[in-house]
Formats: sequence, structure tokens, C-alpha cells
Amino acid sequence: MTLELQNIQKSVEGSQHIYPTSLVLEKNSINLLLGATLSGKTTLMQIMGGIEKPTQGKILFNGNDVTNMSVQKRNISMVYQQFINYPNFTVYENIASPLRLQKMKESVLDQKVQEVADLLKLTPMLSRKPNELSGGQQQRTALARALIKDSDLILLDEPFANLDFKLREELREELPKMFENKNTIVVYATTEPSEALLLGGNTVLLEEGKVIQFGKTQEIYRRPLNINSANVFSDPPLNRAKIFVKNNKATLEKVSWNVSLQDGEYTLGIRPHHVYPKKINEDFFDITGQVSIAEISGSETLVHFKLKENSWVSQSHGVHNFELGQISKFYIDISKCLYFDGKGNYING
Amino acid sequence: MARVKLDNLNHSYVSNPTSDDYVLKNINIEWNDGGAYALLGPSGCGKTTILNLISGLINPTSGSILFDGKDVTNLSPLERNIGQVFQFPVIYDTMTVYENLAFPLKNRGFETAYIDKKVKEIAEILELSPSLSNRASGLTADGKQKISLGRGLVRSDVNVLMFDEPLTVIDPLLKWQLRSKLKELHHEFKNTMIYVTHDQTEALTFADQVVVMYDGVIVQVGTPTELFETPKHTFVGHFIGSPGMNILPCDVNSQNVTCFNHPIKTSSDLKNIKSNSKLQIGVRPEFIKFSPSGLPVIVNNVSDIGRYKVVDCLIENQRIKVIVNEGDDIPSGKAYLEFNSNFTKIYEDSWMVS
Repeated sequence: MTLELQNIQKSVEGSQHIYPTSLVLEKNSINLLLGATLSGKTTLMQIMGGIEKPTQGKILFNGNDVTNMSVQKRNISMVYQQFINYPNFTVYENIASPLRLQKMKESVLDQKVQEVADLLKLTPMLSRKPNELSGGQQQRTALARALIKDSDLILLDEPFANLDFKLREELREELPKMFENKNTIVVYATTEPSEALLLGGNTVLLEEGKVIQFGKTQEIYRRPLNINSANVFSDPPLNRAKIFVKNNKATLEKVSWNVSLQDGEYTLGIRPHHVYPKKINEDFFDITGQVSIAEISGSETLVHFKLKENSWVSQSHGVHNFELGQISKFYIDISKCLYFDGKGNYING
Repeated sequence: MARVKLDNLNHSYVSNPTSDDYVLKNINIEWNDGGAYALLGPSGCGKTTILNLISGLINPTSGSILFDGKDVTNLSPLERNIGQVFQFPVIYDTMTVYENLAFPLKNRGFETAYIDKKVKEIAEILELSPSLSNRASGLTADGKQKISLGRGLVRSDVNVLMFDEPLTVIDPLLKWQLRSKLKELHHEFKNTMIYVTHDQTEALTFADQVVVMYDGVIVQVGTPTELFETPKHTFVGHFIGSPGMNILPCDVNSQNVTCFNHPIKTSSDLKNIKSNSKLQIGVRPEFIKFSPSGLPVIVNNVSDIGRYKVVDCLIENQRIKVIVNEGDDIPSGKAYLEFNSNFTKIYEDSWMVS
């Protein structure tokens, strides 16, 4: 089973919402759409599901053209950020509703409801109404209804965004297990890089209507194609600085190191957890910055500092105290630096 | 700005409540003048009720609220003089950014010159200066929320500034920016700030001191480091940290602690344990490492979160999570765990044994 987008694009009243995009999603996979608000996640998802039609391009399902097939005829489910359940139905009837439409035999239906309820920890709530449940349980009910149909395609649009932090953590962990042995293609939209990393699978990085990278989540994180891709996938933001390379030596502030890059100007990118407040390795280089703020979360310290005109962040284990305005040394793990050329493309240095 | 004291507050939304009807039980808090504080807890724990009691939108069933030692329990919201920023932006679309920021000051009859100075000062810090003459209606959600924050911060005469989940609608990258802005503003103006959230990262990075609430009671008050290193209750251990603290069954006799028949060293004093109580071990994933010997487990699953990996281990049916740095080796199959005894505690009926 595959879902293939062939050069689809979407424009509304002359403004381009999705630029030409081609993607192939395989069965039994979780595919994350990661990007900021208004980057085109929801539009792309709705095009995949046939809720919106592309202005141009084709959508193939198992090789068959479904571009003009109505959403009712496709076997899809969708879960939104705002939980949607039937308020007058019990949890049981909410979960069973898609099967009722299929006129499924009662005994088979009952078995399926019990199975899904068990997977989503809803068994004790089956006879309750949605408004008697917590937010997390209501969203689980909506998920159960999406899951019970054995859909070919499940679209989840920031499904946990309205839930408490801890509940989100729990459901994120459960989600991949719910789909483990199913032939479904799961598409999941999120604004949070950490959520994408937790869920794993594949990631489609979106920026202003453009797909800027697609691949295995962890690979994209470590091998961004360009600076925009590295930036979308960075939380806290990626630290950047201009560097100059001459005779295979890169120079930043007062430090130089060997690189295999042609002479010229580059942008160096380094993730905040590769910038340390202490020299824990002899090979690290030191840079000097002025501390603008330090945040201590108990397990970690985040130090925001100015490196000339650039704002940088160091994220490290443990508690490190800094004074506001203090001039301090920070240590960078040069082996973790990313290099980008004048056009912002990643260069292996 | 003022020192805020909540003295023995109890609150119920029903009249003639019985003990089950209370949504807040025995709340005692003292917040110093000029401090940055957070109220942290899950939905329904009572944190918004506390804000509404402080601002005077509701009156407590019993107990009192004091600003600088003066009882304000019976004063109206207006008389209490409080600034508040809500989850969703509250601004006037028809006004310019400047007029929005000036509005709270104009209302209170401040002089034009003073208003102009304050508005420009706040706009500068929030990086709103270039858009001061723009209409507010054209702004994005986070742009509008910046103005809401600015409207709260523009008044230096308020007793206390309260934020009710102000960054919920903001994208992650901007959240970083706004949070550090807020912290900068606190350093600059030394307002008494109370920040309410369910998000541990926001609470812990913003506040000098965090009040953790659960089911209408305060379970712990402490600095972020105290909450992380010595959670007083298993709820705090679970709620703070991502993933939260591992809570494991254990057996204790007069000298030894065992977990699945394996000896474990803890920093709790076993003499402090009463008999007939439920005993558990609490240890955070950050304080466990793989070792050549120790508690035998099976490595069940590894998730790569970029800067670290979370390893899910199993002993019998008990899951134990371990955090491993990016690039460090992880054994497969059978492995042994070593707990850092300084951060391994015994919990007796869910409360930490010191």
C-alpha cells in the first residue's frame, strides 16, 4: 500500500499555499509533517485525504489515481487538535460509530470495540459520556474511533496540542504502539521538533508551503539539507555564526581548526547541546560570550549569550550558575559543527 | 509591587461544602516582593482557582489573602490593582500597537509624557518599536500575545503581575524568545510575577521558586533544582522531568533495601520509616547508568531524541527508564543498571523518606 503525491500544488486566489511537491508514503509508517504555524501542514494533510483538491498534480493510492475521488469513498480517518466526539453517545457508541455505518455484525463489532478500548485504556469508561471524561480520555476516544476502522490512511492534525504536557508525553509514547501491526499510513502534523524526534518514523519538513526535506526523522535531524531545514528541526534554535575558511583552516573569533572546505565564507551551525559551559573534553574550542539570561530547569541549564551580534544558547546537564551580563567562556564540540555555503546548503566539512 | 500571602485558603464552588467538595485545601503560600514564581500542576489541580482568588474574581470559602500584610480578601478586583495576561491575546484590534500599550495607563489618568516613556521602554524590550504605529489587527497570534504581555508589563504600579499559560498559542521557536524576554523584563523591573502553567519547562525555567499542585493541595514548594533532585512526593517525581522519575517496588528490612531481590543503596535514612506503610524506590532516568554489574534488566526499546536517548528497560513486568547521552553506547538484550545512590530515595506512602 502506498500513497503517492505527484507534483501536487495548491493555490488559493493567486496565493501559493503548497508549492509543487512529490512524496511517496509507505504502509505501516508514521510520517510527521513538521513546521511552524501556517507552513502548510494542514493543507498538505487535507490534500492527502481528499478533503481539499490540489490545484495541480495527481494523488495515487496503490498506483490508482484517486485525485478526484470523494473523501467518503476513500478509507481515511482524521483526528483534529480540538477533540470531536458525539456528545450524546457513550464512549462505546462513539468508538463503534464507524462500524455501525458499515452495518457490521454485532458480535464482531463488540469484539473490535473491546480490543481498541483496551489498547487505548478506555475500558473502564465505555459506558460514560464524553463530557464526563478528562481531555486526554476524550482525545483517546476520538483516536479509538479513527483506529477501529482499519483505515488505509490516518491523518492526525496536532492531536495532542490541547492536552497537558504530561498527558502528551504519555500518549506520544503509546501512539507508535497503536499502529505497530497495522497496514495503515499514519500522517501526523506537529510544530514541535521534540515531538517529531519522540515519534520517530519519517519526517516531512515544511516551511512556507515548501517541502524542504523528507526522510527518516533522526537522519534529517543529524543531516539537514540546508540551513532552513536545520533551523526548523531545532529546539532551542540553532546557533549560527559566519566563519571564514582559508587553506583548509576555519576561523571563528580567535580559534581556528582544520576543515576540508574550499576558501570562502560559510555559516557555521551548532546545536545548543554541543555548546558547553565547561571544558569536558580537551578537543573542545573555547569562545567568549556575554550572558544575557540563564534558565535553570533543575536537570539542565540554558544559557543565552551574545557572541558578537549573534544570539547563542548553550544547553547542558546539571546546574551552572551565571550572572546577567557576565563575560564567560563556552566550549564547542567542533566535530558536531554543521557548515552551510553562501546559498545555505549543507556542505560536508 | 507587593508581597503576597495566602493564609489558610480553602475553596469550594458549592455552598455548605463537605470535605470532598473542596477544590483547594489548606493553601499557605508566601511570595516575596519582586520574586518570580510559578504555579505548576495538571489541568484541574486548582491553579487557575488560586489566580482567580488573588485577583478577586471569586471569594474564598475560608482563609485570607494579604498584600504587604494588608488583608485584601474583601476588596474588589479593581481595588486590588493587579495585572493579568491570559492564554489568548486580549487586545483592541482597532487600535494601533502604541494605543494598545498605552491604554492601561491612559485609563488610570497618567500624564502623556509618562505614558510615552513607558510605552517606548516596553516596546523596545519586546522588539515592538518598529510596529508601534501599525494596527494591531494585522498581527499574527504571537505578535498579538506580545502586546498582551506588554499591556501587563507597562504598569509599574500594580501589586502583582499574573500570567495564565501565556505561551500556549506560541510556536516552539518563538516560545524560547518570549520566555527569555519575560525573564529579562523581570530582571529589569523586579515585578512580583506569578506564572501559571502545566508545562514544566516553562515553570522551571521562568521561576526562582515553583509551587507544585496536585488535586487541590500543594505537594512541594522549591527551587527548580530542589524539585528535580529531591522530589518530596512521587507525584512531583513523575510530573517534573521528561520522562519522569522511575518508581519501583522495594523491600526494606532494618539495614537493607532490595528491589527485585537485588540490593540497592539509597540516601534515605531507614530509621525514619514507620512500619505498615507502602514503600517504593524513586530514581530519575538521569541518575541511572549501564554498568558491568547491578540490577539485571532486559533492554526493551531505545528512542533517539537527538541530544539524548531514552532506553526502556524491563525487569519482570516493571519498566525502568534510563537516559543516555547522544553518542554513548547502549547494550542490547541483557544488561545491568547502577543507580546513583545520592539521588535514589525511599518513598513511604508516596512521601519521600529523608
